[in-house]
Amino acid sequence: MVTDSNPVFARRLSKNIDAPAGRIDILQDVNFELAAGEAVAILGASGSGKSTLLGLLAGLDDASSGEIRLFGEDLGELDEDGRAALRAGRVGFVFQSFQLLPGMTALENVMLPLELAGESKPRPIAEAALSQVELSQRLHHYPGQLSGGEQQRVAIARAFATQPLLLFADEPTGSLDQATGRRISELIFQLRQQSDAGLLLVTHDAHLAARCDRRMLLENGRLETAV
Amino acid sequence: MIAISFALRLFRRDWRNSELRLLAISLMLSVTAVTAVGFFTDRVGQAMELQAGESLAADLVLSSHDPIPDSYREKAHALDLKTAEVLGFPSAVLHGDRTQLVMVKAVSPGYPLRGELRIRAAAGGAERIAQKIPQAGEIWADPRLLAALDLTTGGRLSLGEREFLLSGVISRDTGEASNMFRLGPSVLLALTDIPSTGLVTPASRVHHRLLIAGDQAEIAAYRSWIETHLDENIRLSDMSNARPALRNALDRGSRFLGLAALVTVLIASAAVALSSRRFVERQADASAILRCLGASRALLLKVLLIRLLLLALTASLFGILLGFAAQFVLAALVGEWFTAELPAPGPLPLAIGAGTGLITLLGFTLPPVFRLGSVSPLRVLRRDLNVAPTASWILALCAVAAMGLLMLWQAGEFKLALLVLLGTLLTLALLLSVAWVMVAILTPLRHHSNAIWRYGLAGLARSPVMTSLQMAGFGLGIMALLLLTLVRVDLLDTWERTIPAQAPNQFLINIQPDSVAPLQQFLARRTGGGGDIYPMLRARLTAVNDRSISPESYQNKDAQRLVEREFNLSHAKSMQPDNRVVSGRWWRDDELDEPLFSVEQGLAKKLGIQLDDRLTFDLAGSRISGRVSNLRSVRWDSFRPNFFVIATPGLLRDYPTSFITSFYLQPGNEKLVSDLVRNFPEVTVIDVSALLQQIREIMARGSIAVEYVFLFTLAAGLLVLYAGIQASREHRRQESAILRTLGLKRSRLLLATAIEFMVLGLLAGALASLCASITGWVIADELFALAYRVNPWLWLAGTLGGGIGVAVAGVAATYPFAVRPPLHTLREA
Ligand SMILES: Nc1ncnc2c1ncn2[C@@H]1O[C@H](COP(=O)(O)OP(=O)(O)O)[C@@H](O)[C@H]1O
Ligand SMILES: [Mg+2]
Repeated sequence: MVTDSNPVFARRLSKNIDAPAGRIDILQDVNFELAAGEAVAILGASGSGKSTLLGLLAGLDDASSGEIRLFGEDLGELDEDGRAALRAGRVGFVFQSFQLLPGMTALENVMLPLELAGESKPRPIAEAALSQVELSQRLHHYPGQLSGGEQQRVAIARAFATQPLLLFADEPTGSLDQATGRRISELIFQLRQQSDAGLLLVTHDAHLAARCDRRMLLENGRLETAV
Repeated sequence: MIAISFALRLFRRDWRNSELRLLAISLMLSVTAVTAVGFFTDRVGQAMELQAGESLAADLVLSSHDPIPDSYREKAHALDLKTAEVLGFPSAVLHGDRTQLVMVKAVSPGYPLRGELRIRAAAGGAERIAQKIPQAGEIWADPRLLAALDLTTGGRLSLGEREFLLSGVISRDTGEASNMFRLGPSVLLALTDIPSTGLVTPASRVHHRLLIAGDQAEIAAYRSWIETHLDENIRLSDMSNARPALRNALDRGSRFLGLAALVTVLIASAAVALSSRRFVERQADASAILRCLGASRALLLKVLLIRLLLLALTASLFGILLGFAAQFVLAALVGEWFTAELPAPGPLPLAIGAGTGLITLLGFTLPPVFRLGSVSPLRVLRRDLNVAPTASWILALCAVAAMGLLMLWQAGEFKLALLVLLGTLLTLALLLSVAWVMVAILTPLRHHSNAIWRYGLAGLARSPVMTSLQMAGFGLGIMALLLLTLVRVDLLDTWERTIPAQAPNQFLINIQPDSVAPLQQFLARRTGGGGDIYPMLRARLTAVNDRSISPESYQNKDAQRLVEREFNLSHAKSMQPDNRVVSGRWWRDDELDEPLFSVEQGLAKKLGIQLDDRLTFDLAGSRISGRVSNLRSVRWDSFRPNFFVIATPGLLRDYPTSFITSFYLQPGNEKLVSDLVRNFPEVTVIDVSALLQQIREIMARGSIAVEYVFLFTLAAGLLVLYAGIQASREHRRQESAILRTLGLKRSRLLLATAIEFMVLGLLAGALASLCASITGWVIADELFALAYRVNPWLWLAGTLGGGIGVAVAGVAATYPFAVRPPLHTLREA
């Protein structure tokens, strides 16, 4: 098949959890594909399993059943370290709660994925990335010294610094006010255009979803194409 | 490379974390205590080697209130021994119109024969060892005299009819330790200057001393000569007879110190354990992010390990520096233990300090750190996804291994290590199990109480793990405080009581068989007591298991000395009451004629003598042999006559024997001694009161030193209490904010918190009291052979103090959350 050469390819994906109160089926029989450079938005009510799906596709968690391929590699056949190596340098993340390392400065946070991908001169690249998000003045500030919007901009710089093939974003504007959220989504789409990265965007925000190539809705554990 | 640069970057910022600072301080405290005591005992150990005869300034001292006949000096010279004379008497010196009572000490050239005399050219000036005694017309004085008379060197002092130039300040006179008649500051001058003062007439009461020193063999020869020639008015003193008692006191002192350091390490480790848990929890987020970005598990581990190593090294470095500074205080506190100045410490304690830091940290953090390597990257999406807790048995195993290793190393002794370790484990097990039981009981109970109690008790039942940890922290902390205050005082008291006020201070040797009964009557009449009399023979050990031995057969200096000398042998039907058989068994009544020996365990260890070995002694030219039937422990500090080797009566029956006894001579009752010597001219009196004094001094100062080291324990105890309260801080911050938002009044919130901590504190306090009593008792009995009584105050103080103290500390720690607007907290979340 042609499709399994897509950066993200998932078939008959299920995820259930044995909680003390009984078994929870979060995802059932989900099929999903994302072509190179394509932007897909995933919509859904809170608790519908969007983050779970994103985590599975990014190889952050194990599926209960089904097949996932990331850049053509079967995640089920890789161990944790193998998946980490697969991600390094090729996948960027932006999260609702920023997820910067509090012990490192903005610059160091952005240098991090570059260094993990084996980049020998990470610093100028990281500086350039930070200047793209207009944070050149805040290179040596720690996350605790930055506002929420600024922290998210550092996270975006970090996500794009390695020129990834794929960007996973989980409600990137979820904990920001509207104006700041606008600016952040602007940045994401602008940078994506420059690097031509694929984008998997989980969001509530209809405006944001509208800018994607495709929209899908997660409901009752099933993924359907949305209008 | 990446690992190192990541680690360095993070380490720089690590100091911002309160739990990491706590971790570092706890580590530093352990290292400080261990290094301070290590450095100090190292120096004490070295000093012990040098101590030998220094406090007498000689190997043997003859003393009398009459001039000592020349014949004694001539005999010494004939044996190639060195001699010096000392004349002592109290007098007054005059400077301007001021007078001061002093002890005049006039010495002949060569003083001191052992030890050293140090002087300064001026008060506060540089110290130097005096190569000669003061020149004619010159005098040296104690700094106290200079202070009393407002005098400086170069000034003039009148003594009797003569004026002297003050040319030196005595900074240390090792021979003074044996001087029990110190009425005031002393002055030192040449013996030849005494006649010109006109102070000494035949009628004046002066103290004459003849100091004798030389090689062991000649000293021994002189001693045997003098035992038959000693004039009735002359007393013989010699330190070596009673050396074991001195060593014993020093050993105990060092053990107390070592123990205090050990307890400090243990309790600080509890703080390390509590804070490392929080450190690891906090690292989970960072680890998940790094994994998400593609870091491998190995890289994560490396980064964490490097940071921990850096932390251990930094904390150890500061700990060692502090410890080095602290041991100076320790040395100053016990300064007078030794007549000589303490030698500089060796480098070993450095390694011990650094090792302690490393082992403590790794022992408590390695298992959770390894779990961190496998933290799920999914945590970036779901905050509540916690690191799987390390199996508690792995944690326990690692911690116990680390502690065991440390203790074995520190105590240098298996038994001590095992005892302390077992004690701590039992304490911990007890604290943890009681915490679990309490949580189980409280869970149903809290539905039947009012809101405040319910919230307070719910705080305990909410998280069994947290409650157990806090209970353990509080319990250990309170136990440290109890050990510090009550148990320590009791133990040290017991120690000081081991030498009763009326411990024998005079030994009578060379008692002939027909004098035994009359002498006992004499002592009973004049002292109201008089101890037991024991036979004593002098013999030289010549062979072990028919292999002949000589000093060269041994590496150890002590062992060489022991073999060189003659032993005091005794024979007995039954064992002395203060001795204890440690292996083998004492002879039965039907074995009294068999050739058997009982050997003191310390001697046996030094000379490598085992149970059932065959010993051969040379006894005045004839050889006797026998089998070692038991090894014995001896309480040397009982100051009763005791023997390294005791034989069955049958083995020694046919050899000429003299006897030995000891008694307590009241100060001021010196006439008794001259009467005794007149009635029993052959008896030699050995005065050990100076030595007793020195041992009492060691105990008194040793106690102060131990108290000082216990200050570290106190700090560790407070630290672990603090760590316990900090452990639930995060929880509490959130909860307080929510409860306040929901309308709970500040005062009621604090009350609920107080209830929660009070219940914890009361229980932990009661358990800690129990454990502290048991610890005190076991330590006293097993390690120091002391009889310890449990103090009832300890229970009261432990339980009530624990409850109130923990409640107050807990409320104080929570107070900021109760008073700040809840919105602040909620916004930060
Ligand atoms: N490890 C887990 N344990 C229990 N429930 C879980 C776990 N992971 C996810 N869930 C549940 O699965 C559902 C989907 O969660 P999530 O993917 O975070 O939803 P969304 O991101 O769409 O809001 C929720 O009901 C959540 O409670
Ligand atoms: Mg979500």
